[in-house]
Amino acid sequence: MKQGRPLSPHLQIYRWPLAMVISILHRFTGVVLAVGALLLVIVLVSVAAGPAAYEVVRILVSSLFGQIFLVLWTVALFMHLFNGVRHLVFDAGYGFGIDATRNSGILVIVATLLLTVVVWSVAWLNGRFWI
Amino acid sequence: MAQFNLPANSIVKPGKNYPAIVDSHTIKRVIVYRYDPDSDENPRADTYEVDLDTCGPMVLDALIKIKNEMDSTLTFRRSCREGICGSCSMNINGLNTLACIKAIKDIKGDLKIYPLPHMPVVKDLVVDLSRFYKQYASVKPWMKTETQPPSGRERLQSKNDREKLEGLEECILCACCSTSCPSYWWNSDRYLGPAVLLQAYRWIADSRDEATTDRLEQLEDSFKLYRCHTIMNCTNTCPKGLNPAKAIAEIKKLIATG
Repeated sequence: MKQGRPLSPHLQIYRWPLAMVISILHRFTGVVLAVGALLLVIVLVSVAAGPAAYEVVRILVSSLFGQIFLVLWTVALFMHLFNGVRHLVFDAGYGFGIDATRNSGILVIVATLLLTVVVWSVAWLNGRFWI
Repeated sequence: MAQFNLPANSIVKPGKNYPAIVDSHTIKRVIVYRYDPDSDENPRADTYEVDLDTCGPMVLDALIKIKNEMDSTLTFRRSCREGICGSCSMNINGLNTLACIKAIKDIKGDLKIYPLPHMPVVKDLVVDLSRFYKQYASVKPWMKTETQPPSGRERLQSKNDREKLEGLEECILCACCSTSCPSYWWNSDRYLGPAVLLQAYRWIADSRDEATTDRLEQLEDSFKLYRCHTIMNCTNTCPKGLNPAKAIAEIKKLIATG
C-alpha cells in the first residue's frame, strides 16, 4: 500500500432526505439572519446620523435589489423561526418518527412561504416598502 | 473544518463494463464501487449486467451472483443473509442499508452500490470500522453494578422496565446510521455518532445498571454527544427501523434535567 486508504464517497452519493435538507437550510438561514442583523444596525446608525444618511439607506432598501433582499431575509427569518420551534419540540423528546419529522418539515416550509406571502402582501398593498 | 470534496486519491473514476452473459429481458445494470489496495489506481465504478431471472430477490443475492459468475475479485462482507448480523451494510442507491434485506425490485433504474459513506476503504465495499468499534468500547457497553446480585439468582427486571429497552437492544451495530450522519462525517474523530449513542442509552435506560450518573457524565461533552443536530439521517436510514435520534434526545434530556 503506497498511499493511505481512500475515503468512501459521502455527499457525492447520499440521497438527501427532506429532514437533512431542512437541517442544512436551518444553518444557512441562520447565517443569512446574522448578515441581515448587521444591515439592521446600518439602518439604525443611519437614523442616528441624520436625514441625509437615512435617505440614502431608504433609497437603497426601496430599490428592486433592496426589496428582493428583504423578501429573502423574511423567508430566512420565518424558516429559522419555525424550524427553531420544531427543534424545541425535538429537544423536548417529541416528533421523532420518520413520518413525523417529514410532516413537521413540510409544515415548516409551508408556514414559511405562507407567512412571507402574508407579510409582503400587507406591506405592498399598503404601499409601505419601508418602515 | 469539514472537507466536502473527496481527496484526490478517493475520486471515483469510470470503471469496467461486464456485459450480461445471457440474452435476457430482465437485465439490471448494477454499478459497484471498486477499490484495489494492491494497485496504484483510484477507486472506480464498475458496471455489471445481471440477469434477474436467475438471481435471488435481494441486493446481496446480486452481489453474490456477480462474485460467483462474473468477477470473483469483488469483495464485500456478508454472513447471515437475514438482517441480523449487520455485516453487509452498504450504501444502496443513496441510502445506507443491509444488502441482504433490500429487495432489488424496490429500486427503479440502475442499482448503485457504494461502501458506507465517509469511511476509509479497505477494499471494494469493505470499510475500516476500527474507530467505530473503539468508540463503542468507550461507552462501556456492559452492565455495571455496585450491589451484589440476589444470591443464587440473576437480577430481575419488571416487564415495564424491560419495555424501556425495546427499540434499543435490537441494534446490530451495522454502522448504517453513524455513516449516514453528516455530523459524524465531519467530526467522527470526536463525535460518537448515532449508533454508539443509542448503545450508550441502552445501558442508561437499563433498570439493572447502576452507573447511570457516570455514563451521563462521560457523555456530557460538546463533541461526544452534542454534535448531534437532529439531522435525522440516522433514523431515516436504520435498516432495523430503530430511532437513534430519539435515543440521543433522551440522553440530552436526562442531562438537561439532571
